[in-house]
Amino acid sequence: MNPVNAVSRANLARLTRHRLFWPVAVLVLLLVVNAVVTPGFLAIRVRDGHLYGSLIDILRFGAPLIMVSLGMTMVIATGGIDLSVGSVVAISGAMACYLISEGQGLAVALALSFGLCLVLGLWNGLLVTRLSIQPIIATLILMVGGRGIAQLITGGQIITIDRDSGYREIGGGHLAGLPVAVLIVLASVAAAAVLARRTALGLLLESVGGNAEASRLVGIRASGLIVLGYVFCAVCAGVAGWMISSDVSAADGNNAGLWIELDAILAVVLGGTALTGGRFSIAGTVVGALIIQTLNTTIYTAGIPPRTTLVFEAAVVTFVCLLQSPAFRAKVGRRRPGGPVPPPTDPPSADKKVEVPA
Amino acid sequence: MTEPVLEVTGISKQFPGVRALDGVAFRLFPGEIHALMGENGAGKSTLIKVLTGVYQADEGRMTLDGAERRVHDPPHAQRLGISTVYQEVNLCPNLSVAENIFIGREPRKFGRIDWARIRRRSAELLARLDLDLDVTAPLGAQSLAVQQLIAIVRAIDLDAKVLILDEPTSSLDRGEVERLFGVMRRLRDDGVAILFVSHFLEQIYEVCDRVTVLRNGRLVGEYPIGELGRFDLVSRMTGQELHDLEQLEEAAPAITRGRRLLALEGAGRTGAITPVDLEIHEGEVVGLAGLLGSGRSELARLVFGAEAADTGRVRVGEETVALRTPRAAIDRGIAFCPEDRKADGLVMDLTVAENIVLALQAARGWTRPLPPRRRDELVGEYIRKLRIQPPSPGTPVRNLSGGNQQKVLLARWLITRPRLLILDEPTRGIDVGAKTEIQKLVVALAGDGIGVLFISAELEEVLRLSHKVEVLRDRTLVAELANDGSLTPERLLGTIANGAS
Amino acid sequence: MTTALALPAVHRRHVPVLVTFGLFVLAFATGALRYENFGTAQVFADLFIDNAFLLVVAIGMTFVILSGGIDLSVGSVVALSGMLCAVGTSRLGLPGPLVILVVLLVGTLFGAAMGYVIHVFEIQPFIATLAGMFLARGLCFTISEKQISIENGFFDTVALNRVALPGGVRVSAGAIIALVTFAAAVYVLHWTRTGRNVYAIGGGEQSALFMGLPVARTKIQVYAISGFCSALGGVLFAFYTLSGDGLHAVGMELDAIAAVVIGGTMLTGGSGYVVGTLLGVLVLGVIKTMLTFEGTLSSWWTRIAISVLLFAFIALQRLVGIRRRARSSPSASSPAPASPSPTS
Repeated sequence: MNPVNAVSRANLARLTRHRLFWPVAVLVLLLVVNAVVTPGFLAIRVRDGHLYGSLIDILRFGAPLIMVSLGMTMVIATGGIDLSVGSVVAISGAMACYLISEGQGLAVALALSFGLCLVLGLWNGLLVTRLSIQPIIATLILMVGGRGIAQLITGGQIITIDRDSGYREIGGGHLAGLPVAVLIVLASVAAAAVLARRTALGLLLESVGGNAEASRLVGIRASGLIVLGYVFCAVCAGVAGWMISSDVSAADGNNAGLWIELDAILAVVLGGTALTGGRFSIAGTVVGALIIQTLNTTIYTAGIPPRTTLVFEAAVVTFVCLLQSPAFRAKVGRRRPGGPVPPPTDPPSADKKVEVPA
Repeated sequence: MTEPVLEVTGISKQFPGVRALDGVAFRLFPGEIHALMGENGAGKSTLIKVLTGVYQADEGRMTLDGAERRVHDPPHAQRLGISTVYQEVNLCPNLSVAENIFIGREPRKFGRIDWARIRRRSAELLARLDLDLDVTAPLGAQSLAVQQLIAIVRAIDLDAKVLILDEPTSSLDRGEVERLFGVMRRLRDDGVAILFVSHFLEQIYEVCDRVTVLRNGRLVGEYPIGELGRFDLVSRMTGQELHDLEQLEEAAPAITRGRRLLALEGAGRTGAITPVDLEIHEGEVVGLAGLLGSGRSELARLVFGAEAADTGRVRVGEETVALRTPRAAIDRGIAFCPEDRKADGLVMDLTVAENIVLALQAARGWTRPLPPRRRDELVGEYIRKLRIQPPSPGTPVRNLSGGNQQKVLLARWLITRPRLLILDEPTRGIDVGAKTEIQKLVVALAGDGIGVLFISAELEEVLRLSHKVEVLRDRTLVAELANDGSLTPERLLGTIANGAS
Repeated sequence: MTTALALPAVHRRHVPVLVTFGLFVLAFATGALRYENFGTAQVFADLFIDNAFLLVVAIGMTFVILSGGIDLSVGSVVALSGMLCAVGTSRLGLPGPLVILVVLLVGTLFGAAMGYVIHVFEIQPFIATLAGMFLARGLCFTISEKQISIENGFFDTVALNRVALPGGVRVSAGAIIALVTFAAAVYVLHWTRTGRNVYAIGGGEQSALFMGLPVARTKIQVYAISGFCSALGGVLFAFYTLSGDGLHAVGMELDAIAAVVIGGTMLTGGSGYVVGTLLGVLVLGVIKTMLTFEGTLSSWWTRIAISVLLFAFIALQRLVGIRRRARSSPSASSPAPASPSPTS
C-alpha cells in the first residue's frame, strides 16, 4: 500500500467517524435518488427574481420542522423532551391570526403571540424543574390542553386572514430571491448556534444532560438552564406556528402542527443527538429535518399517497433507535461469530456502588 | 464440625482489566453467622454476585449441601436456597407487606389468588419474628429496618438455607440494628447459614461467629472471630503488614501554619456521619483515614455541601455559613474531586478541554463564556503542568486512562484557584507514575498555601502527605493524630481498629 | 392482631380513586341540577354507550401504565382496526365475526411485537410505541386514503340494536362489551399472578427480577393486552361509526392516558386501579355531555378541562410521592443497590 493511499484511507476513516457523516450521507443519497427519478429535480430557476425549484421547496416546506427541531434539540440536550410543541404551533398561529383578523397591526400580533409562547415554555420548564415532574409527563399536559387553548382563541373556527396583510409574507413571501421562511430559519439557526457556542450555554446544557450529578457537584445551576431550554423550544415552535398559518393564511387549532413533535424528535435523533441527553448537534438536527422533508417530497413525487410517509418514518425511527440501543448492538454483536464481545457494564464501578453507600 | 452447607473453591472472575476474584475459597456452615470482610476491590461484591448467580465464575467449583452446582441467575439461586437481602431492599414498595412475602408463588384457590390465606400466612410468619404489622399496608409505609426484616421473612419462607445480608445495617439506627441481630441469632439457632457484610467493625464482633477476609481478589484467611483481634483483622484487610511499610522517606514537610480556612463545629448529618469537630488551615494537608464505609466520603461531601449538615456549624474563615449546596461551597473557594470519577466527576460526552473549564465556566454563568484564547491558554497550561496524556484538548475525556482522567478533574478545580481542595481517593485505580505525580502535586499545592483534605485507603500515602490525620471509624471521627515523628503506621492502624487509644 | 371490628380503613392508595369518584358525582350532580333531562338513568347509560371504545382502550392503557410503561400507539391501532373491519367486510365480503377475530389477533400481535422490542432491546416504551403509532397510522392510509363505510349485516345488527334494561334504559352492545372487558381486567389485575406481576414490575423492575418474577413475559403480555384492547376498541368504534377511516381516533391515546391518570393511576407505574380508569372515563364523558347540554359552550373546553384535571392529578401524585420518599428513606441520595444488569 502506498503512503498516499494510506493517508487518504485514514482521512476517509476520520470522515466516516464524523458525527455528521451518516446523516449527510443519507440526505445526499435521497437527493441523488430524486435527481435520477425526477429529471430537473436539482434545477433551480429564477422567476420574477425569486428562486424556484424542488430544492427550494424542500427548504421552504421544511422550514417549520427545522424550527421546531431546533428547539427540541436544546430540550433533548438537557435530557428532557417536549411533547407540547405541536400544540404551541397551533396556539401561536391562532393567536397571531386572531389578533390580525381583529385588526391589530402585524408587530403587535407577533409580539403578543411571541409573549404567549414564552409563557408556555416557562410553564413546561417550571413543571420540570420546580415540581420535578418527568419531562414527558409534564409536557403531556400542554400537549393535551394546548389544542383546546388554540381553539379557544380561534373560537373553534378556522380563522382566515386577509391575503394582503404582511403576515402572509412569513410563510409565503420572498426576500432577496429566497423565501422569507427560509431566511427566518437561517437566521434562527445562526442565532441558536451563536447562543449555544459563543456563549457557554451549549457547554453547560451538555454537561447537565450528560451527567446531572457531576454538573451539580461542579456548581452548575441546572434549573435555570433547563427552563431556558423549554422556553427556547416553545419560542421556536411559536415561530414555526407563524410559518404554517401564514403559508395557508389561516389558523387551524385542530390540525396545525399535528404530529410535528414526533417528526421533530425524529429529526433530532437522526441528527445524532441521543435521546438521553448530552452532546447535541444543531447542524445534525437541520440535516435530520431535511432528511424527513426530502423523504416526504420523494414519496409525494413517486405518487405514493403522502400520508403513507408515516410507515417509512416508523421504519426509520425503529431502525435508528435499534442502532442506538446498546442492548441491540450487544445482541447483534454476540450473534456474529468472532464479533467483539461487549464488555459487561463496568464491573468495578458496579462493585463499588455496593460497597460504598454515600 | 458439621459439613459446610455452601462451599466454593478456586473461584476466579476476570473483568476487562481487573481480576476481581483470584482462586478464592469460601465455606459457610449451617447455624453460623459469617462475616465477609475486605476493602475496596477486595472482591466481596463479586463473590456475592457469583454466589447468587448475578455473575458466572470463570473458574472454580461450588457445592451446595454436598452436591456440585452452578447458579444461573438470582431466581435460580433462590430456588437452590440462597437468598440475598440488600441494603436497599429489593422488594416492591407499592405492594402490601403480605404480597411482598408471597408474590410469584401466591397460593391459589379455584385458579384465583387466595388473598385470605396470604394474609393469614404472612401474619403468622411475621409473628414468628415478633413482628406485629398490618400485613395489608403497603411495604413503602414501613421503615427501612422493617422492610429488611420482611425481605428476610420472604427469604426464609422460600426455604433459604443460606441467607446473604449485604450491608443491611448501613442506614439503621441502634435499636433497629438490635432487632435485626435478634432475628439473625434466632435464624442461626434454627440452622440457617448467614453471610453478613457490614462496614461496622463493632457489629462484626457483636454478632458474627467466623470471618473470612479478602484482599485484592484473593483469600487472606478464614478465622473464628474470637481468635482474631481488631488490629489483626484491620491489618489483614488493608494489607498493611507492618514490615511492608518502608521507613517513610520524608516526613510531611513542616509548615508554617497559615490562617484557619475551615472549621466544623459539631457538624454532622443523620444517617451519614456523627457530629465532627475539625479545622483545616492554609497550607495544611489533612488526611482522612479509616476503613471503607467508615464515613470518609460522607465527611468530605459534608464539607463540600454535596449533602448539607443537619446539625452543628460550619465556618469558612471567620464567617458561619450554611453549606447547603456545592455552589455555596465553591463560591467560598472549596473544591471537591469525588471518589467516583465517572459517576460524579467527569462528563464523559465532553472533551478534555470542556471538562477542565467546566467549574470555572459554571462559576461565571452561561452568559460570560471564557474568551477562547484565555480558555486555550488555561487548558494548555494545565495539560502541560499535570502532564495529561494525550496532550490534546479536543480528545473525548472517556478515551483517557484513569490517571489522566483524575488529572483532568484536578485541573478543573485548580484553574478556579481554590483555597481548600478536597480529594477523595484521588490515587485509586491509577498507575504508579500518575500516582506519584498526584502526590507531588498535593505537596506543591500545600506549599502554595492551599488547604487540602486528603482521603485515601492507603495509610502509607496518608502518612506521607498529611500534617495531621483524622481517623474515622463506624461513621464517627474517633481521633485526630498530629503527624509528627511519633505517628507510626502501627499506631494509626491501631486507632482505626480500636478507636481512640 | 387484626382489629376485626374497625371499619375498613381508607388506605392512602385509595384516596385518588375516591377523589375521582367524588369528582364524578359532583360533575354529574351539577349537570343534573343545571340541565333538564340530565339526571336520568339514560344519560348515565349514554356515558357508557358514547365512551365504550375509550373505556376499552383506557383499560389496556391502565395495564401498560401500571407496569411503568406507556403506549402511544393505541389511537392509531383503533383507526387501523376500524379500517381492517371496513376492508374485511365491505371490500373482501368476509363474515363479520371472522373479520373481528382477525382484527383482534392483529392488534394483539402488534402490541406483543412492541413489547418484545421494548423489553429485549431496552428501547424506551415511549419511542417504541411512537414507531408503532406511525406504523399503524401509515398502514391505514396505505389501505385507503378515504373513509370506507361498513356495509355488513352483522355489524349493522350489533351497531343498531339496543338492549333494554329494567327501567326503560337502553344500552348498546358496545357498552356491554366494554363492561365485560372491565370486569375481566379487574379479575386479571386482582386475582391472577399475571396481574400482580404487572404491579410488581411497576413498583420496581429490578426488584421484580430479584424476586424471580417473569419480567420479560409480563412486559410483553402488558403490551399485547393493550394491543388487544385497542383492537377491541377499534371494533367498538367501527360499531359506533360504521366506517373505517385513517383519521379516526386521532389523539385518542391522549384521552386514554388522561382517563387513566385522572383515575388515580401513577404515571410512574405500580399504583392504581382499573376502577379508577372507569371513573376517569366517566368524568371525561360527563364533561363532554355537559358541554353538549350547554350548547353555547364549545368542545375545546373539554380539552382544556381535561388538561387542568391532568395537571391537578399529576401535581397531586408528585406531592404525595415526595412526601412518601422523604419518609421512607433517610438518605435519598444513596446509590442504587447492586443492580444485577440482567443483560450482561
